[in-house]
Amino acid sequence: MIELTGLTKRYGSTTAVDRLTFTVRPGVVTGFLGPNGAGKSTTMRMIMGLDRPTSGNVLVDGTHYARLKEPLTKVGALLEARSVQGGRTAYHHLLWLAKSNGIPEHRVDEVLGLVGLTQVARKRPSGFSLGMGQRLGIAAALLGDPRILMFDEPVNGLDPEGIHWIRNLMKQLAAEGRTVFVSSHLMSEMALTADHLVVIGRGQLLADMSMADFINQNSRSYVRVRTPEPERLRDVLTAGGVHLVDGPDGTLEAEGADAATIGELVAADGVVLHELSPQQASLEEAFMRLTAQTVQYQAAPGTAAGAGWAPPPGPDWRQPPQVAEPAGSVDVSKKEGI
Amino acid sequence: MAQLTRVLSSEWTKIKTVRSTVWTLALTFLLTVVIGVGLCLLIRFLIPAEDRGVFDPTFTSFGGIGMGQLAVICFGVLVVTSEYSSGMIRASLAAVPQRGLFMGAKAIVAVGVALAVGLVTAFVSFFLGQLALGSELNASIGEPGVLRAVVGAGVYLALMAALSMGVAWLLRTPMLSFGVLIPLFFLVSGILSIVPHVQDVAQFLPDQAGAAIMAAGDMGEFGGIDRAYGPWGGLLIMVLWVAAALAAGYATLRSRDA
Repeated sequence: MIELTGLTKRYGSTTAVDRLTFTVRPGVVTGFLGPNGAGKSTTMRMIMGLDRPTSGNVLVDGTHYARLKEPLTKVGALLEARSVQGGRTAYHHLLWLAKSNGIPEHRVDEVLGLVGLTQVARKRPSGFSLGMGQRLGIAAALLGDPRILMFDEPVNGLDPEGIHWIRNLMKQLAAEGRTVFVSSHLMSEMALTADHLVVIGRGQLLADMSMADFINQNSRSYVRVRTPEPERLRDVLTAGGVHLVDGPDGTLEAEGADAATIGELVAADGVVLHELSPQQASLEEAFMRLTAQTVQYQAAPGTAAGAGWAPPPGPDWRQPPQVAEPAGSVDVSKKEGI
Repeated sequence: MAQLTRVLSSEWTKIKTVRSTVWTLALTFLLTVVIGVGLCLLIRFLIPAEDRGVFDPTFTSFGGIGMGQLAVICFGVLVVTSEYSSGMIRASLAAVPQRGLFMGAKAIVAVGVALAVGLVTAFVSFFLGQLALGSELNASIGEPGVLRAVVGAGVYLALMAALSMGVAWLLRTPMLSFGVLIPLFFLVSGILSIVPHVQDVAQFLPDQAGAAIMAAGDMGEFGGIDRAYGPWGGLLIMVLWVAAALAAGYATLRSRDA
């Protein structure tokens, strides 16, 4: 259990983390989602007592991290940047960690085996690939067999096999009743792993709900319509009570009616359709809409996608990011003057 | 107490599993001994008795410590700054969130190692140096003040390591720490200590003051300076510098984000 209450971190005039209040519960994988620069890593460092909060409070299992006598047996963390000295072998890195918390030495070999690094245990991490470094970090997190685990961007640098492995590992750890808190800037990754979501943007809490609720609330469904007679179609559908918004490439998106209803409406007036297809906006899109106004490093409209994340896999990724619109409700009708 | 033991053993594991420990301390030993013995030979064979000034055979055998201390400074700086440059400080503080305990354990282990190496270096320097000086010039370990000077030379090296660690905790990066410490002790201190009037102040610099412990006699007017302290007073001044550096380092570690 990790409890944050009004947690705030300011650097001068910049507020990196802004009054965050939420609880990370055991038994499920909690995804910590936000664009780059949203304050995820800062929040995690404050949980670990590495950064001092400007105000607010954070407790792990009811105590401040700094009060823990054997913290590695309570909380295991993979922090974003590599935290290993390149000249000390993987085995010795884990050994000093184990000794500092009174963890038996045989546990070092166990976790090395668990993450698949037994072969390179006596090698220096300076020669490790990004993925091997990530595995060593995960081994360090698991060393004390802790009930709380935090992973900051764990899939960074991992190959597909490694990504698959870490997904299963996190699910397994949660199934064992542990608290698993994992950050990512990729919604698509979280959708496959997390049961619960905490979304932040510019340091502020945007959502704290189950993955299912997030999908229901944020994933817009609509019917895509393409026609050579947009004006007629607009008249017909508006008269039929269907709300239309402009899509990319001259398509129209109809909300509030299913494909059958729309088909029957336009057939009655003989409007020609080139396309009529039900669409479900991807979670990536929902996430981008939610965080759009809080993205710190935004690419100029017209480029492929907002800086800091990969283009979402949805069909509409070419659409420029909605910069100024309020999150969640892009009201295109104003632009159309209807 | 159990926790202190664990953290000490952890820091000991850290220090003995990187190569920089070995090469910096090996260099400390080699530079001090080789240069010290060289100087002793130089004085014995090339410098006539009337040009030797105030001659202290014990102090002369530590003539290499001015270079050797640079290597022990590297050791002190690297022990601390490698935590920051590698990002390992986050793992260290995650494992030992009590920062005072962490810093204290690291200081005890590193200064302890430096003291052991320093003492070996001092005794080897002394005995080889006296051998090089020959029976006419040399001192024996039993003479008044000699044993104190030899042990003092080892302590001096350990204190240099401690001072460097304090500065490194304060400045965090190896470049900054070396940038302050190496020029100070390699050039500035030495130059200031021979400039008239300035030397009255410069004699209180840590290395100048600490060096007094390495002379068997009361250094008195050694090096042309009318020193305001004896061997123990000088050592005390150096200890105060070390305490100040460590306190400043601790204040930084305690208050700043890792």
